[in-house]
Formats: sequence, structure tokens, C-alpha cells
Amino acid sequence: MITFMNNSDSEDEPCNERTSLMSAESPPVPSYQDGLQASEAGEAQTHRKRQTGSSRSPNNVADGDVSDLGVRVRESALENEEEELTLKYGAKHVIMLFVPVTLCMIVVVATIKSVRFYTEKNGQLIYTPFSEDTPSVGQRLLNSVLNTIIMISVIVVMTVFLVVLYKYRCYKFIHGWLILSSLMLLFLFTYIYLGEVLKTYNVAMDYPTVILVIWNFGAVGMICIHWKGPLQLQQAYLIMISALMALVFIKYLPEWSAWVILGAISIYDLMAVLCPKGPLRMLVETAQERNEPIFPALIYSSAMIWTVGMAKQDTAARGPSQQTWDADARENHSSPSHSDSQISETRSPVPSHPITSLEELEEEERGVKLGLGDFIFYSVLVGKAAATPSGDWNTTLACFVAILIGLCLTLLLLAVFKKALPALPISITFGLIFYFSTDNLVRPFMDTLASHQLYI
Amino acid sequence: AFFWLVSLLLASLVWFVSVHLSDQGNARLQYGLLVFGAAVSVLLQEAFRFAYFKLLKKADEGLATLSEDGRSPISLRQMAYVSGLSFGIISGVFSVINILADSIGPGVVGIHGDSPYYFITSAFLTMAIVLLHTFWGVIFFDACERRRYWCLGLVVASHLLTSGLTFLNPWYEASLVPIYIITVCMGVWAFVTAGGSCRNILKCLSCKQEDDSRVMMYSALQVPFED
Repeated sequence: MITFMNNSDSEDEPCNERTSLMSAESPPVPSYQDGLQASEAGEAQTHRKRQTGSSRSPNNVADGDVSDLGVRVRESALENEEEELTLKYGAKHVIMLFVPVTLCMIVVVATIKSVRFYTEKNGQLIYTPFSEDTPSVGQRLLNSVLNTIIMISVIVVMTVFLVVLYKYRCYKFIHGWLILSSLMLLFLFTYIYLGEVLKTYNVAMDYPTVILVIWNFGAVGMICIHWKGPLQLQQAYLIMISALMALVFIKYLPEWSAWVILGAISIYDLMAVLCPKGPLRMLVETAQERNEPIFPALIYSSAMIWTVGMAKQDTAARGPSQQTWDADARENHSSPSHSDSQISETRSPVPSHPITSLEELEEEERGVKLGLGDFIFYSVLVGKAAATPSGDWNTTLACFVAILIGLCLTLLLLAVFKKALPALPISITFGLIFYFSTDNLVRPFMDTLASHQLYI
Repeated sequence: AFFWLVSLLLASLVWFVSVHLSDQGNARLQYGLLVFGAAVSVLLQEAFRFAYFKLLKKADEGLATLSEDGRSPISLRQMAYVSGLSFGIISGVFSVINILADSIGPGVVGIHGDSPYYFITSAFLTMAIVLLHTFWGVIFFDACERRRYWCLGLVVASHLLTSGLTFLNPWYEASLVPIYIITVCMGVWAFVTAGGSCRNILKCLSCKQEDDSRVMMYSALQVPFED
């Protein structure tokens, strides 16, 4: 299948990206006043600054008179409040991410279980040239490891290329690249998906209808993702393209290579985000220095702020931050499939304006962002679990629970560490452990119990 | 759900190892090992329920210290209910989803001489198990909280009994009926443990707007709430 090998070329770029989580508390878009200081300081420092900043708020006069002890008590009370807010929003963020991740997995599992096309072996990607049809186990293992090495090096090269482009401000090139890849996803892959679904259910559809449907779907998708659109429609499109991408991976990656690649990419993710010279970390830091959000539409965001609507409410106080967002919205930063970085942005209001309406805005805006690559790899894991020849649903469910728990733990760590974190390692590790153990240990046990109709 | 899965994993590991170390041809031995595996699984489930209780207790304390009024936003009883429910859901789903998936496909139930009521009884048993886990969760957490260890023992014993009753399975009168009796008893016990009583039910059903209850609620605010 030469055509697919070429087409998947730009589709692999989505998976290069940063799979990193950033804390809701860290201000990558720092408030105007803290602008200069925050760009140099780390998380802890900005946290402290915000505390001191807020203690400079209306309580100012009282603070000046109170003794040191009083100030310390107030600061610790503020710290407590911050922590409580962190935990409260942390829990909300977890729920906000569970739903899209679950939806993506449901789409992938439903497709895998019903449409035969995605479980048939029809050739391999050009990135995994070694075939797994070898007679001996050792040879097969070797081939899958070699495939993984090639795939990961392609991903590393692409990521470094992207970071270099970003550093040298070649925005047009990046946007063009991303637009091309999302065009391909939205039109070509959707066409193939639709064709296969229709074939499975033996439903006939004429070409004019197909053209109409695909054209509308694709055009609205491009607009929603790259420009403006209702938040939920944009989220739905991002989930759909992640699912399509995951299905491509499930179809074209050979068995063992897929598992080794999943393991390797979570290790790569860990290193790329946490090591000082890691490409993803450099990308995040560059974006922070420049005070820009990283490719906002390549990331799934659960709470998008449309300045056009918000502008009417609190123009005076939110003036500075609004300007930053306006610039972003117009700058067409939205390219879906690439950044896997999770960046939760807090738009902390200017501390000296504790207006309640501001705080309401603040609550709505504290959304969480998760990179699309994370969606894709979670879905690949669950889809591969669903595609096992034994047709066992327990394995799929176990992997699903494992991934969600991993995501939960990652978000917990995010709330604790308040810096960019990789979202893949914990979830994928749990997922892999549960897949292999459920498939080999639990399945025979449950099958034997069920055949005797025993319940435990 | 995660904790239940881990317990199932460990139990399967034990069973798998025991099966592979033993004579695979001997059917009676294999059945015996299955019984052993089921018993180990029940004990591990209860052990993990206890571990989960410990974890939640720690989290509860943490949340209480962080909150403004010194109380955590979720009471331990709510946590007990949620924990029991999730154990029940994951247990029920794991037991029944493969059966459900097979029930779509073409086939005849019990063509080899087994009972033709396999699907419907599986459905009823799964429902009983889900409800039982929920009730056990409530009772278990309350027993751990008040250190009534005989309650704990009773919960574990009833779990073992329920699992044992399913071994009588094609003889559905002997297994389904007692299991449902146990379910109802556990339900009443959990209801009483959670603070319910006949008066509460009547009050709830009558949907009366009681004015004096508002006064009572206000005065209840002054008194520190004890679970």
C-alpha cells in the first residue's frame, strides 16, 4: 500500500510533539505586572510572587500595621487557600480531561470492534520497514526493536526540526505544515473511514452525497480548528482527528512493534520534557519567554476563551490580559495535530483588582489543556487491546481504567509540582502492565470461572 | 476500580501459577484449584478494600486540614458508598461483559446440555453482585471507622458465602435465592449503618415540607457534625 506510506508522512508529525502537562498554577502567560520577572523565574518563584502580590492587595493598609507574625499567618492562610484552590481545580481538571479521553477511546474501540478493515494486515508504514513475519521469536523481537528505533528517531528529528523552526520564528512554515497535515486528516482519512464504515454495514451511498458530506465535514473542521468556532465543536473535531490518527497507527503498525513503540515513546516523552536540553522543554520555555501560548489549537483545551464575547464584561480590569489573548486568537496558532504539550494556563488576574466578576471569569478560564499526541497514544493502546484476536473485553476495560488512573496521578503530580510534566509515561506504563497481565493471567482465570458460572 | 483490578490481577497470578505447577489432566484437581483461586480472590478483594479505606482516610484528613471549616467536603460515608459502588461496577462488568458480547452472536444457549437459562441467571447474579459490593463497601468502611471487627469478619464471611453459593450454579434455586436473601439482608444492614431508619423512609416518601426542620438544621450547624 504505497499510497498510505506516503500519506502518513505528515501524519507522523502529530506524534512528535510535546506530551507535556503544565500546571494550572504556573503562569506561562504571566500577569502584566509580573511580566519581566516571571519570564526568568521558575514556578516556585512565580508562586511566591503571586502570594506577595496578592498580599499587596486591599489588605495593604492593615498589613503595614500588623506585626511579622500577623503577616506570616496571613501568608500561610493565603498559601492554604492557594493549595485548596489547587486541589479543587485539580479535581475539576481531572473530570474535564476524563470525558474527552474516554470519548476518543470509545470511538476507537467501537470502530475496531465493528469495522474489520482496521484489524486487517495490509502492509506497513515506511517508518517500520522490518516485517514481523519471521519464523523465529528472536528475529521478530529484533525486527520490532529496529522498527522502534527508526520510528523514534524520525519523531526526534521532526521534533527538533519543529523546535528549531519555532526558535527562529518561522511561523508561516509551521502553520503551512500543520494546515497541510490537518487537511489530509480531515479529508482523506475521513473519506476512507466513511468508506469502510459503509462497507461494514452494507449501506450504499452515491458519490455526490459523499462529496457533499466530506466537503462540509472537512471545511467546518478546518475552520473550527485553525480559526474560530464553538468550543464544543472544536473539541469534537480534535477528538475525531485523534481517533482517526490512532486508527491509522493501529492498522499499520505491526503487533510487537506497536507495543515496543508505545513503551519507547513514553520514555522519550519523559526525557524530552524533563531533561534540561530536551526539545519539548526548550519549546515550552521559549514559548514562556515570548509570552505566547504554544500552538493553542494543536492542543485540546477544555476552556477556551473567546475575547470577542468576554470583552464586554470587564474591559477595564482585564485590559492587559485581553490584549494578549486577542493577539493569540488572531495569530492563527491553531494547528491541530502537532503539539502534545499539555499546558494549563492560568490567567491570573492582576492582583490589585479583586473584583468578583473577575474571579468568575478566572474560574471559567482555568481550563486544562492536553496535547493531541497523548490522546492518540492512549487510544492506540486501548485500540490495540481491543484488537486482540481473542476478542476479550476485559483486557480493553482494564487498559482503559489503567490509563485513566495514570492520567489522574499525572494531574495530581501536576498540581504538586506546578511545571510542565509529560502525560504519557505513567498512563502508558500502567496500560502496558495491565494489558499484558490481563491478557495472559486474568483472561484464562475469568474464562474458566465464567464457564462454570462462578462469581467472585 | 483500580484497586479491585489489582486484587484480581494478583489472584489470577496465584491461580495461574498453581495451575501451571500442577497436573493439568486431573479435572478434579483443576476444579479444586479453581475453588482455591476464587477464595484467594475474595480475600484479596477484601484486603484491597481495606487498603483503599486506609488511603481514603489519609486523603480525608488531608482534605479536612486544607478546608476552611476543618471538615472535608466529602464525608466518609459518601466515600464508602462510592468505593462500594465502583468495586461493584468493575466486578460486575468484568463478570458479564464477555457474556454480553457473546450473546449478540449467533448461537444456541445450552446446546451441549447446559442450562438454557445461562444468560438470564448471569444477569441476575451480576446485579446481585453489584448491589452486594455497594452494601459491603458501606458496612466495611463504617466497621473500620468504628473498629467493630466482628462486622468486618461478617462482611468477609458473607462474601465468601456468596461466592461459594455460585458454585452450586446450574441448580439455580439453591444459588440464586439465597444470594438474593443475602443481598436484601446486607441492604437493610447497610441502610441502618448509614443512618437510615423507618422514620427517614416515611419522611422521604411523604415529601412533606416541615417548617420546624429548618430550625433544627440551623441549630445543627452549631454542633460539630460527627459521622
